[in-house]
Amino acid sequence: MTAPEGPVLSGPVRELADRIVAKYPVARSALVPLLYLVQSEVGWVPREGMREVAEILGLTTAEVEAVATFYTMLKLQPSGRYVISVCTNPSCSLLGGRRLYERARDVLGEASERVTDDGLFTVEEEECLAACDAAPVVTVNYTYFDRVTEEQLEGMIAGIREGRVPEASRGGVPGDLREVSRLLSGERSLPGPERQPASATGDDGA
Amino acid sequence: MPEFEPVLTARWGNADAVSIDGYLETGGYRALGKALATSPPALIEEVKASGLRGRGGAGFPTGTKWSFIPQSTGKPVYVVVNADESEPGTFNNRELLERDPHQVLEGLAIACWAVQCHTAFIYCRGEFVWPASVVERAVAEAYDRGYLGRGVAGSDFDLDVVVHRGAGAYICGEETALLESLEGRRGQPRLRPPFPVTDGLYGCPTVINNVETLSCVPHIVDRGATWFAGIGTEKSTGPKVFSISGKVNRPGNYEAPLGTTARALIEEHAGGISGGRALKAWTPGGSSTPYLTADHLDTPMDFEAVMAAGSLLGTGAMIVLDETDCIVDATLRFTQFYAHESCGKCTPCREGTWWMSRVMGRMENGHGRGEDIELMRDMGQNMLFKSFCALADGAVSPIDSSIKYFREEYEEHVRLGRCPFKDEPGAASVTDRTGGTTGSLAQVLPEGREVQLGEVLG
Repeated sequence: MTAPEGPVLSGPVRELADRIVAKYPVARSALVPLLYLVQSEVGWVPREGMREVAEILGLTTAEVEAVATFYTMLKLQPSGRYVISVCTNPSCSLLGGRRLYERARDVLGEASERVTDDGLFTVEEEECLAACDAAPVVTVNYTYFDRVTEEQLEGMIAGIREGRVPEASRGGVPGDLREVSRLLSGERSLPGPERQPASATGDDGA
Repeated sequence: MPEFEPVLTARWGNADAVSIDGYLETGGYRALGKALATSPPALIEEVKASGLRGRGGAGFPTGTKWSFIPQSTGKPVYVVVNADESEPGTFNNRELLERDPHQVLEGLAIACWAVQCHTAFIYCRGEFVWPASVVERAVAEAYDRGYLGRGVAGSDFDLDVVVHRGAGAYICGEETALLESLEGRRGQPRLRPPFPVTDGLYGCPTVINNVETLSCVPHIVDRGATWFAGIGTEKSTGPKVFSISGKVNRPGNYEAPLGTTARALIEEHAGGISGGRALKAWTPGGSSTPYLTADHLDTPMDFEAVMAAGSLLGTGAMIVLDETDCIVDATLRFTQFYAHESCGKCTPCREGTWWMSRVMGRMENGHGRGEDIELMRDMGQNMLFKSFCALADGAVSPIDSSIKYFREEYEEHVRLGRCPFKDEPGAASVTDRTGGTTGSLAQVLPEGREVQLGEVLG
């Protein structure tokens, strides 16, 4: 997917952005949530989206970019609709995580490091995902699959290609990266109308 | 000693307890009512008397931390739940959030009353898409039933809770990096002092507590400090959820009193080493804590005893390696982790972890040199305690401790020119996590240059 032509955060999405900003005592705290919102609209975070987030928060685009480049879950280049992350940290690699990662790379090819030609997959070698009891762990758009075998991994990939996204060990069937990014923006934990966060710092100017 | 009854994991067998109805039916939010009828200073004294120490790794006394919050600054006070669980091998926070989210929320609400905080944050690591969703639902339920929001549990106390999702960075589990991240910045640690208790979120007094720590709080209020202090050892009180992974028959989270021996946890709770093989090495508290060996299995898992054995309790995350696992390979992978996760702020960490991963890489790949072992020890000395946070110190732990206990295994890699645990020379599948080329240091540096590293970093 290429960068969008019009504004990324417009209409109802822009309204949602404002509500996300409103739940923080200081607007800048919404920076990463708003970048997730951009990712949910575009499928990744293009510079145009960073510029819009900067405008909403009263920052420079460079300030936003400096943050965006720090975090691995914000995709700064076109990404697959399904990000397959394989943990190769020792708790998982002791039980086959590294072979799983190599299998994913074999099946999907070198392009999967960025995005496969069909736009479906990005493969990432992941650090510890805090689920070592279920090693080796694979996530699809950061939704966990426990004790995955190489055969199961191939089956998962084949299923996604055919439009049958497998059900995760917990959390149901993962959405595509845009849907999950929307969830990550915090849209489901917005303050009700009666909730008015107190002044952040005790100073009026904050 | 009477049989230990699970405290923090007592509801794990009850899937209904994830919802607020199931939680209330099992005594949930009773402690919150009791706490709200207690004065904040008295509540803090109770938590101090329980001996509760932070479960996120540092083991700082929780009540003491709360007591450091100044109440007369004119600034708001914040409480932040650290749910950025990312220390390799650690996974009890995830399960505590997934299986008993209201227990954490109740502990949080009690903490907020104790320090008079009206806006709290739960910082969940971004990869916790599902666990954070469970928490979001629990927060919404708690608002609906009046346990959060205006007039918590029928009192005059107001409390808002915001769930914030991270975006993939181990360092954000470090408390000041977490605050930077929550403020919408790169997650890079701050220089301390000043500490967050006086200059935390938005420059305001802030308590940061781990998920497991806060999960202990309702039980302390409900059953009393004396009861809690009666579990565990004199200085390490209460229950602990140990995360056991790697080469054991039953990897998982096991709750036991602090001070339970590593042997009981590994051999009884986790069912022993898989395949009947021999234990080789284990971490007591995640990859940042020095390895211990089979000789240390009778160590009680409490803050004091593990330190006396030469390591740290950390998060209580026990990663178990057996006799067929290569210590150099495992340590290389940990080293790559630190190189990848170094935030880049401090030079000894940013450069040191990268060079360490290079030297470890050539060692595992059969290009190691005899002097590399001393080189790595020297580099470690130039990294320890030289950065804003403990990430670099954590990176040195597996390297120094593996050299200490398994030096001959490093020497064998050098002698054979390959990893003795892999069949073919150069068969090691070492992927580069730092963005450069894979392979020996010689590809990057001219011959002989690397021996000067210690001077460069020093």
